[in-house]
Amino acid sequence: MLYIDPFRTFQVEREFDRMQREMGRLFSGMRPMGAARYPAVNIWSRDDEARVTAELPGYSIDDLNISVHNKTLTLSGKRRNERQENETLHRNERKPDEFQRIVHLPFAVDTDKVGARYEKGILTVTLPRQETDKPKKIEIGS
Amino acid sequence: MSDKEKSLQKREQETMNAVERTRSQKVFVPLVDISEKDDAIYLTADMPGIDEQSVDITLEKNVLTLEGRVDSTPPEGYELSYMEYETGDFQRSFTLSDEIDRERIEAHVKDGVLQVVLPKAEPAKARRIEVKVG
Repeated sequence: MLYIDPFRTFQVEREFDRMQREMGRLFSGMRPMGAARYPAVNIWSRDDEARVTAELPGYSIDDLNISVHNKTLTLSGKRRNERQENETLHRNERKPDEFQRIVHLPFAVDTDKVGARYEKGILTVTLPRQETDKPKKIEIGS
Repeated sequence: MSDKEKSLQKREQETMNAVERTRSQKVFVPLVDISEKDDAIYLTADMPGIDEQSVDITLEKNVLTLEGRVDSTPPEGYELSYMEYETGDFQRSFTLSDEIDRERIEAHVKDGVLQVVLPKAEPAKARRIEVKVG
């Protein structure tokens, strides 16, 4: 007669759960923030302005599109294809050629005053904070 | 982590380097494309933040080294509130084969991309050795 110990099955399951939890913990810290997003961005800020920088080597300013709507910044672009027909590609690490990235900003932006600079393959977008969104100092009455 | 995600990340150079650097910045490995045409090999490296003054290309024996110094000074008066990438210098070395004409290597920098042109050497001409009677 085949006897299956119900407690044993339970134990195996529990052991499996534990392993899964442990694996999850092991890998949770390894994934850098937004690793799959391209391009990676950094946001620098001060009271009245934010600066978003992104490393975008090999684009030209005409191929980059920047749009701002309220608290959302959208960057998109296409890298010119320099491939030629009689060329053999041995290694291709530089990618992707086309991207779109949406960045959520910490405050509403004055869209008329947004500025952008592209220098040495780094895009810097300057985003001034909307006047109505700026923090107001509240006087304390005596 | 999928391969795609891995390739999009900036790769930091291994610290197990025989030669130590004097700059305290982090060093990243630039992503490259290598392509070949009939007359030359083209090496294209993404090195955002470099220009013609801050890049060095050295050829020692048969090792070609690309080095780019990036100014990582934070903008004054600003605070970093969100970070997805780190900045630092770039460095990467390649071994060249003998078929490269070392004298004619050229390099250009544009928009943070370094391109090195490695012209192929003329094929060594076959030399006929005459046998004299004697």
